[in-house]
Amino acid sequence: MSAVMKAPDVRDAYLASLAPDVHSLAGPGPEWLNALRAEAAACVNSQPYPTTQDEEWRFTDFGLLRKTAFASAADISLEVSLADIEPFVLPESEKSRLVFVNGIYAPHLSACAGLPQGVVISNLAAGLPLHDAVIRTHLAQQVDFHNEAFAALNTSHIRDGALVLITKDTACPAPIHLLFIATGADMPQANYPRCLIIADAGSTCALIEDYVCLNQGVYFTSAVSEITLGENAAVEHTRLQRESLSAFHMAYGAVALARGSNYTAHNIAFGARISRHDLRIKQNGEAAQCTLNGLALISGRQIADTHTVMDHTKPNGQSTQLHKCIADGGAHAVFNGKIFVRKDAQHTNAAQQSRNLLLSNKARIDTKPQLEIFADDVKCAHGATVSQLETEEMFYLNSRGLDALTARNLLIYGFAEEIVDRIPVTSLIKQLSKTLSEQILEHT
Amino acid sequence: MISSNSKVILEVRNLSASVAGIEILKGINLTVRSGEVHAIMGPNGSGKSTFSKVLAGHPGYTVTGGEVLFEGQNLLELPPEERARNGVFLAFQYPIEIPGVSNSAFLRLTYNTQQAHRGGEELDPLEFNDFIQEKCKIVEMDPSFLDRSVNEGFSGGEKKRNEILQMAVLDPRLAILDETDSGLDIDALRIVASGVNKLMTPDNAVIMVTHYQRLLNYITPDFVHVMRRGRIIKTGGKELALELETRGYDWLDDEHQKAASV
Repeated sequence: MSAVMKAPDVRDAYLASLAPDVHSLAGPGPEWLNALRAEAAACVNSQPYPTTQDEEWRFTDFGLLRKTAFASAADISLEVSLADIEPFVLPESEKSRLVFVNGIYAPHLSACAGLPQGVVISNLAAGLPLHDAVIRTHLAQQVDFHNEAFAALNTSHIRDGALVLITKDTACPAPIHLLFIATGADMPQANYPRCLIIADAGSTCALIEDYVCLNQGVYFTSAVSEITLGENAAVEHTRLQRESLSAFHMAYGAVALARGSNYTAHNIAFGARISRHDLRIKQNGEAAQCTLNGLALISGRQIADTHTVMDHTKPNGQSTQLHKCIADGGAHAVFNGKIFVRKDAQHTNAAQQSRNLLLSNKARIDTKPQLEIFADDVKCAHGATVSQLETEEMFYLNSRGLDALTARNLLIYGFAEEIVDRIPVTSLIKQLSKTLSEQILEHT
Repeated sequence: MISSNSKVILEVRNLSASVAGIEILKGINLTVRSGEVHAIMGPNGSGKSTFSKVLAGHPGYTVTGGEVLFEGQNLLELPPEERARNGVFLAFQYPIEIPGVSNSAFLRLTYNTQQAHRGGEELDPLEFNDFIQEKCKIVEMDPSFLDRSVNEGFSGGEKKRNEILQMAVLDPRLAILDETDSGLDIDALRIVASGVNKLMTPDNAVIMVTHYQRLLNYITPDFVHVMRRGRIIKTGGKELALELETRGYDWLDDEHQKAASV
């Protein structure tokens, strides 16, 4: 707890090592991008980093992160082969995959051949000359990097990233796999993955934003994703955080919904020593729909913190959220889900559920659903439960011949699988179900 | 199907049990032989459901006296999973939903666990699929229910059918059906009852716990026992159920008290 008491202006090892170097700010790309990086860098250098004394960060004690110095990632993407990433490859995305190694684009691992007209999947650097105007209109426009330290850090380090553009009324035929690989090298290093997704009016696509590791090393991922949905667009977004168990993962996601659009997210967190995911969704148009499914399954000394903000600003919007945490060992899971229903957002229908499973006496789960309603004609519901495995459920399985351990594991598996099952990619469900069974068995 | 030289499957002697310090069963005696169907009837709160849960080993109940022999073995010293593997099956009054676990995976896991215990052959998913398709016919269950999560979103009747499907898979020596008829419409009742009848053999036995006589129109009991305040106060043939239907339970109470005071 001593880290908590430190004054925020003390520059810890990680802050000193992560701070953008003004001299190297001018990177590839147009002048406006340099200006953006410089502006973000100024924010990084001027604003205090959050500590557990900040209300929004009080459970994310990343004291361990503060003690670590990180080197910037060098380009070692060529040392990674297709065979190395094979366990993560999805057959459904054979021709719609972008791979980044330690945040750096790896063309030899990516595969985006034969995409239909109206679908652009490329790295940001390659996309810039072709789509400068649209990128400039959207990049860093939704993340509030002036107030979010880690978003500023990522923005100041933008070199490359994933770019997905789906033009008007186009349906992307295959799920798009954005695979971010951390090599988990000997030296702790920092990676800055970035995603920019623009789904124009009437378009549809499925995305998989996937953070994986090749080795269980110490590293730091600071990720930012921005997603814009045009009118009546539909995006189904699966986000997997399966980082090294020694890694730090600080991620920020911002989603903007236009009239009649439909955004579905499946946010799954298995990995990282300390992880934090901030997700902000804004319904900017009428009758937008949003479904958020979340699952954190952690053990040992892992911390997984999810903060979501669902902001209804226009009438007739809908949102449904189910977030589950399972904490074993001495792990600590946190969920904070805010729902705003603004004055104009009449006839909003918002439902949020936080369901949690504590598997050990030393594990801890903090859940905080928050509703702030300023409109008078709305339907909102929220609820939170934290429980241990139920006697009746256990007895049912025992009475079918399953012993206590098998019954327990099956119930934990089912609790988690209910979320995993909702992912729209069959091969990914299989991958994750296998991981689930292995993780549950490992910790019994 | 009564035959005096059949094997005794279950022998309950003076069984008493309590929950949270309150005595619910106050000395039950019951002998069940292979090939027999026993109906246990009684008003609400008589202890019928408690009796079935105690036999299956529910951890919420404390056995305070008596003994239960299952095929000659002390049943009460076994944890519920071992009772199940040895051949005791309880069809739940309120089957539990297990979201995220597919019905077919669950059935296969329980079947293979059972087989491992009995030294039988375990089935891989393909083999099990053939096996379970046949079992589904017994309860007229659409095979699409196999891909759904266990009992999740099932109607009352579908849940009860799923219980009998599990019974068909596990092939128990003694099946205890706890209010299996409750919440069923007439068609579902017919299907569930016909499933049970198809599963009856000269080597197994069924105990039906029920509040109403109507299930007994479909599954004919060899014995009808009436429970009242934690005891079996009267035993008769299937005609006793009909008498209960017309006269209710109170007359038995009077008769029992008279007998006790003599």
